[in-house]
Amino acid sequence: MQYNPFSLEDKTILVTGASSGIGQSTAVECSKMGAKVIITARNPDRLQETFEMLHGIGHQQIVADLSNEVDIVNLVDRLPKLDGCVNNVGIVMTKPLPFYKREDVDRMFNTNTFSIVFIVQQLVKKKVLNRNSSIVITTSAGGVFGNTPGNGIYDMTKSALHSFMQTAALELAHKGIRCNSVNPAMVNTRMAEPSGSISEEQIQLDKKRYPLCRYGEPKDIALAIIYLLSDASSWVTGTALKIDGGRNLVR
Amino acid sequence: MEIKEFISNFAEQFDDLDASILSPETEFKALDDWNSLVALSVIAMIDEEYDVTLKGNDITGSNTIQDLYNTVCERM
Repeated sequence: MQYNPFSLEDKTILVTGASSGIGQSTAVECSKMGAKVIITARNPDRLQETFEMLHGIGHQQIVADLSNEVDIVNLVDRLPKLDGCVNNVGIVMTKPLPFYKREDVDRMFNTNTFSIVFIVQQLVKKKVLNRNSSIVITTSAGGVFGNTPGNGIYDMTKSALHSFMQTAALELAHKGIRCNSVNPAMVNTRMAEPSGSISEEQIQLDKKRYPLCRYGEPKDIALAIIYLLSDASSWVTGTALKIDGGRNLVR
Repeated sequence: MEIKEFISNFAEQFDDLDASILSPETEFKALDDWNSLVALSVIAMIDEEYDVTLKGNDITGSNTIQDLYNTVCERM
């Protein structure tokens, strides 16, 4: 007999931002847990790469740019009934406060916050989510459990998502829909590569501030998302699950 | 662009730093007030003033203000 309270057997799960990082790992892990997975992202080639990594059959891929409202509407119109939805869209920008520009803030909120708010809005309005379904939002430890100098715009977008997650949990509870977030600190994805304004040296220094002595791996986050999607978390809603290697215990 | 103007813009990224103590030969990462937020500010200033996008590794790879200035000039 196989006992697995975390199984996603017979569930259909939408994963956004699935072409890389946490989204990609989540899509793969969901398929390994038996789910039918619908993946979406902007870049068709990278989405196809993820699609080829999925286990089992019956999965779907849909190319969409979720910072664009028309794409959100078209995506949701094409979806079957869902038992879960994982929202991973996100970009970073490191800029100290005196250099903020209105267009930076607009772009960051459009991508990180509003895309997720409006996909959830459409899913609920069009009654795509089954009773007992689960919404998971990838927010961040940053902006919720601690803020970092130079990271203010990113932290604001994630803090707004944290608030939205709690409101969604409250408003959707009577429909039997749960809404939670995972809040990672630094994870080894393209976001953590020294391609931007953060140098390799600064990254190596930063890793030493983690009690568990490393950055997270996408799978560390994906497995927490599995828990929140599965019936194992039936009594959990409105929770921000900090996954940070102990980073926010240290000041 | 003149290096004098560059040094003055560079000095402005610190809270209280007298630009007159800086010269092209100054090893800026050894300055007491140098920190990661100042590094980000210098990158943002160079982007705004000179339309050159430096990376964190460009800062790591420069020792003196002259080094940084040369990198910016090369990419303008």
